[in-house]
Amino acid sequence: MAGALPIRDTARREDAPWLTLKMREAMESWLFISPTLAGFLIFFVGPLIAVVWYSLTEWNLLTQQATFVGLDNYSDALFRNPDFWHVIRNSVIFAIGLVPLNMALALSLALALSGRFAGVVIFRTVFFAPVVTSAVAWAIVWKFLLQGEAGFINQMLASIGIDGPNWLREPNWAMAAVIVTRVIKMVGLNMILYIAALQAIPRDYAAAARLEGASGWQIFRWIIWPLLGPTTLVIMVITTIGSFKVFDHIYQMTGGGPENGTLVLAFYIYQQGFQFFDVGYASALAMIMFVVVMMLTIFQLVLRRRDT
Amino acid sequence: MTASLTRRRIRIINQICWTLALCIVAIPFVFPFLWMVSSGFKSAAEIFGSPSLVPREWQWQNFIDVFKHQPFARQYLNSLYIAVTVTALTLLVSSLAGYALARMRFAGAALVALFLVSALMVPEEVTIIPNFFMMRWAGLVDTHWPLILLPTFGPQGIMATFLMRQYFLALPKELEDAGKMDGLSRLGVWWSIALPMSRPALAAVAIITFLNSWNLFLEPLIFVSSLDKFTLPLALSNFTDPYGMPLWHLQLAATSLAVIPILVVYIIAQRQIIESFALSGVKG
Repeated sequence: MAGALPIRDTARREDAPWLTLKMREAMESWLFISPTLAGFLIFFVGPLIAVVWYSLTEWNLLTQQATFVGLDNYSDALFRNPDFWHVIRNSVIFAIGLVPLNMALALSLALALSGRFAGVVIFRTVFFAPVVTSAVAWAIVWKFLLQGEAGFINQMLASIGIDGPNWLREPNWAMAAVIVTRVIKMVGLNMILYIAALQAIPRDYAAAARLEGASGWQIFRWIIWPLLGPTTLVIMVITTIGSFKVFDHIYQMTGGGPENGTLVLAFYIYQQGFQFFDVGYASALAMIMFVVVMMLTIFQLVLRRRDT
Repeated sequence: MTASLTRRRIRIINQICWTLALCIVAIPFVFPFLWMVSSGFKSAAEIFGSPSLVPREWQWQNFIDVFKHQPFARQYLNSLYIAVTVTALTLLVSSLAGYALARMRFAGAALVALFLVSALMVPEEVTIIPNFFMMRWAGLVDTHWPLILLPTFGPQGIMATFLMRQYFLALPKELEDAGKMDGLSRLGVWWSIALPMSRPALAAVAIITFLNSWNLFLEPLIFVSSLDKFTLPLALSNFTDPYGMPLWHLQLAATSLAVIPILVVYIIAQRQIIESFALSGVKG
């Protein structure tokens, strides 16, 4: 084998003697990466440019074609259409409800399940199971559980003398229901990230502190929690961004209702673009979403840089 | 002696308390699955008003009616073959690109990586409108092509690329150099040396990609309109009577059929699956 080596090498180089090794390597790399790059240009860069253009045009069922109107769609959203601020309010309420609840539950579960004891694997499996389940399926089952009088949850409440509300028919309860069921669906993911971070903390830290007489709470507050800082930050931003993108869950559970009480940004984009065919306006909404997510990401990067 | 005995007893009691608390917290995670299956077996008459987990009468008929109400078998198959295709394509494309980014030197590599990373930050809702018009222009609306192409080349695929790149970077280089010495081409090194060594990363990409495709909802909703082209998540929301009211017993039977195979695989391979998600770290 080793003897055949130099011959092969020269043979290969004679295929294309005008190519230097460096050029050959560069060419091969571009070939390797070209499917990804082509897809990226066609399905991402192109559409991103297009959506900027669309957002500057009036394009709906009446006009049937795009006419340039400058920033009209943006000022429509920001100053004229009251729905927009209602939707932003809903999205913010959804995020403010979901993120802390998700993170607190994820951290508590991770603290309880980062050790080794009988059943730890079972519990982890259980808490993570909804993550692999389709959001549509999850929402269908919860919608069923939360039906008005005949729903299981209200029947349980009735049996202990509580008259449960018609969860998905009253705006505030519907929002609460969507938030809580979404947290249960997704908390397993953050739990896993927290468990990984907890297990990366050397055990001696806590042991040393315990020798010094620190209580469990003190160890958590002054040792564990600061060490979890970077993880907490990443989880916070990912979860916030995820909460702005929520669509399937709400589509299935409430359809944005009642009285638009759970109409959030991603749903609003879908509704304006694909149900009302107001392409220009929907594109402006998409750009606003883009800016919001971008700002969150940059915020995270800045904080992370300051940390290190 | 007694001191250590009581300490042990305290520990056991402590343990039991914790386990009990966790069991209570686990109820909303487990119960929906149980109730879904149980209700899938109930008749339309029994489905409301009987708060019993065991149906009075097991309605196996529901699971037959599910297939009569709409082409559910076809829709099931659609989801399956689309998820498999997307997974295979993503594995191929992302491991090629990931390998180039990790191992090969070319002008502009850093810039390409930066460009690709930026795509990770942009939700697909932002680009879905132009993508729709592009697909319509190409005559691909109401086909499965958008459901295959968009996830493969969208943020999902790019995420997979970086996962692969990360893994390739951590592999020892010596073996690949030896392969090159033996006259293997770049493609040969990638295929017969780098890929076999990166099974864990490939498995993680495969698991996450498959699940994402299986559960995909926005794209099918927008691109697909004929019943026999539906995928599962779309089909599930379609068990309604002519007035649009849900036929709960059928819907829940169908949902059980869609969810249980995934859950079974998940329970068997839970370690691997959970690790895959931990590895990828960033998701919804």
